[in-house]
Amino acid sequence: MATAKSAKFDIKAYRGFKAITLLCLFVLYAPLIVVTIYSFNASASLTNWEGVSFRWYVDVFTGPESGKFKTAALNSFIIAIAAATMATTLATLAATGMVRGGKFKLRSASFGLISLPLMVPEIVTAVATLIFFNAIGFDRGIMTILLAHTAFCVPFAYLPIAARMQGIEDSYEQAAMDLYANKRQAFTKILMPLMMPGIISGFILAFIVSLDDFIITNFVKGAGVETLPTAIFGSVKQGIKPNIMAISTMLLGLSVVMVTISYFVSKADNTK
Amino acid sequence: MVEETSATGWETQLSKNEQIAIDVRDAVKRYGDFTALKTISLSIKDNEFFTLLGPSGCGKTTLLRMIAGFEDVTEGGIFLYGDEIENLPPYQRPVNTVFQNYALFPHMTILDNVAFGLEMRGANKSDARKKAGEMLELVQLSQFSARKPSQLSGGQQQRVALARALAPQPKVLLLDEPLSALDLKLRKAMQLELKHLQRETGITFIFVTHDQEEALTMSDRIAVMSAGELQQLGSPNDIYERPRNMFVADFIGETNLLEVSVDKVENGRAICHLGGGHELTCNAVDEVGVGSKVHLSIRPERLFMSEEPAEGESLKAKVRENIFVGTDITTILDLADGPEFIVRTSNSDRGNKRIFEPGTDMYVNMEVGAARLLVD
Ligand SMILES: Nc1ncnc2c1ncn2[C@@H]1O[C@H](COP(=O)(O)OP(=O)(O)OP(=O)(O)O)[C@@H](O)[C@H]1O
Ligand SMILES: [Mg+2]
Repeated sequence: MATAKSAKFDIKAYRGFKAITLLCLFVLYAPLIVVTIYSFNASASLTNWEGVSFRWYVDVFTGPESGKFKTAALNSFIIAIAAATMATTLATLAATGMVRGGKFKLRSASFGLISLPLMVPEIVTAVATLIFFNAIGFDRGIMTILLAHTAFCVPFAYLPIAARMQGIEDSYEQAAMDLYANKRQAFTKILMPLMMPGIISGFILAFIVSLDDFIITNFVKGAGVETLPTAIFGSVKQGIKPNIMAISTMLLGLSVVMVTISYFVSKADNTK
Repeated sequence: MVEETSATGWETQLSKNEQIAIDVRDAVKRYGDFTALKTISLSIKDNEFFTLLGPSGCGKTTLLRMIAGFEDVTEGGIFLYGDEIENLPPYQRPVNTVFQNYALFPHMTILDNVAFGLEMRGANKSDARKKAGEMLELVQLSQFSARKPSQLSGGQQQRVALARALAPQPKVLLLDEPLSALDLKLRKAMQLELKHLQRETGITFIFVTHDQEEALTMSDRIAVMSAGELQQLGSPNDIYERPRNMFVADFIGETNLLEVSVDKVENGRAICHLGGGHELTCNAVDEVGVGSKVHLSIRPERLFMSEEPAEGESLKAKVRENIFVGTDITTILDLADGPEFIVRTSNSDRGNKRIFEPGTDMYVNMEVGAARLLVD
């Protein structure tokens, strides 16, 4: 509020500002809201509302497609946890090098290299990854999905970790080394605990990104291997049923919870 | 380059090698093409409260960090009780630091902070904690041992930092302006506490400050630095009473700095001309010969005023202004056609030493030897 008032140009003073804001919010959230509401529809129809029911949620777990979805969900969670773990480890090491490595040649180039995948169209990454696996003769399957996810999750994990690390003065590590801790001890006993909120938040982001990924997964997965997003897509191709809305709503809920946790953890202070 | 002016002198110090805690030999520090320290040599004695004093940017922190091991030594060497240490990493030097911002580990309790160094040195957890508890008792913070650093006041954090650095019993303790963040009253109290701790523990302290009063109060010896160079090394009394050059005289305490020309030197005395026909006699200095134009330093508290010329040195002057500064009265005088003088009269002395109204003609007097010639 204060900043908005003190700014020379108050963007709210432009005519139509409110209308455009509302329009944007509507376009962004209307589909999600519709899907969420209709996932509780008692009818099999996608358009007629016939009362509240949990029937489609039950259908997800017990219906004819439940086996397929369970396998896919299990794959998704295994891949997401493994990929997020590896990506977070790599990102922590990268952040340590970037933030604590002093000034080295190609430092800004390195930063660009780490964060570039965030800006490359995902389809390009997908095609490139596929070609790469083909070129080295890697059989497509869970392993290829896992490797691809680890690779593209690194920048997502990197950003919160590096941001946290930048906020930690290096005098703590110096104090540790002054008190007879060697470099490794200074890292594990001082720097790591102080970075933990950033690491957790990076892990959660990587986890969500991996869990939600469709395009890259679809390219590098082998025949018969499905993750939740590809399974949903496969099911939708045969016609949209309300059980898809129920799954989507559950995924949405999970994402919201995880992103919220990530947000609060990254702001949390383990020093008080 | 810089003479040791204390009574012990260089020779006794260098012959007993084991008595030197830290020996900095021809140390140079360059950052790129900027030279932060220009060939510094100094010896810090065992069990000494040694102070590095100088204005901001003169290289005090740099020198301290070189001793702690956080900065490379570009040229020269650093010796700790005879062992060359400049190539050892910080964690292999039995030297601990009290950082200016304290750098207490924010995620650990006070007790764990103090125990950290002991544990890293190989003590088991319970021994380390027991010892840490004793250290906290020493700095009177036992009741806070379970708190986190952010729950303590600045002065308390300061004492924790001190306890943490002292706990592993380092051979030398380095303190980088540890009191600068405290208010005046707390600072005075901590000055005394630090001094006591140094006496009690027998550990050599190297203390950095840019506050000359603090340095004079606390130190056994002071190294005055400026622009990466050592200006003078000596006891507080030496530095204050016998400043070697312009910089030291000006930086330490308040002084009258007068431009003079030396007219005559005889019997160890130099006759100096102040301009306007005024003359002063002071002790001759080897580096300053007849005809040199140099500076003279006279401390304002060494001057006193009277109606008639007193014994010793007397100059005729007129009072311009009296300024009341609590414990003292500062009087500004003008010599006819000559320089101005600042005289300080202690408030408690007012019965003996007179204060004159502005505009009064009077004499300003000093003992022979109160004025000191400076090399530039
Ligand atoms: N990493 C560095 N790179 C380049 N120059 C530096 C570096 N560190 C210090 N300097 C320079 O070296 C000089 C001495 O710095 P130092 O920090 O030792 O001063 P100081 O005497 O401790 O001053 P202060 O009283 O302000 O703390 C300064 O001119 C500073 O700019
Ligand atoms: Mg400094």
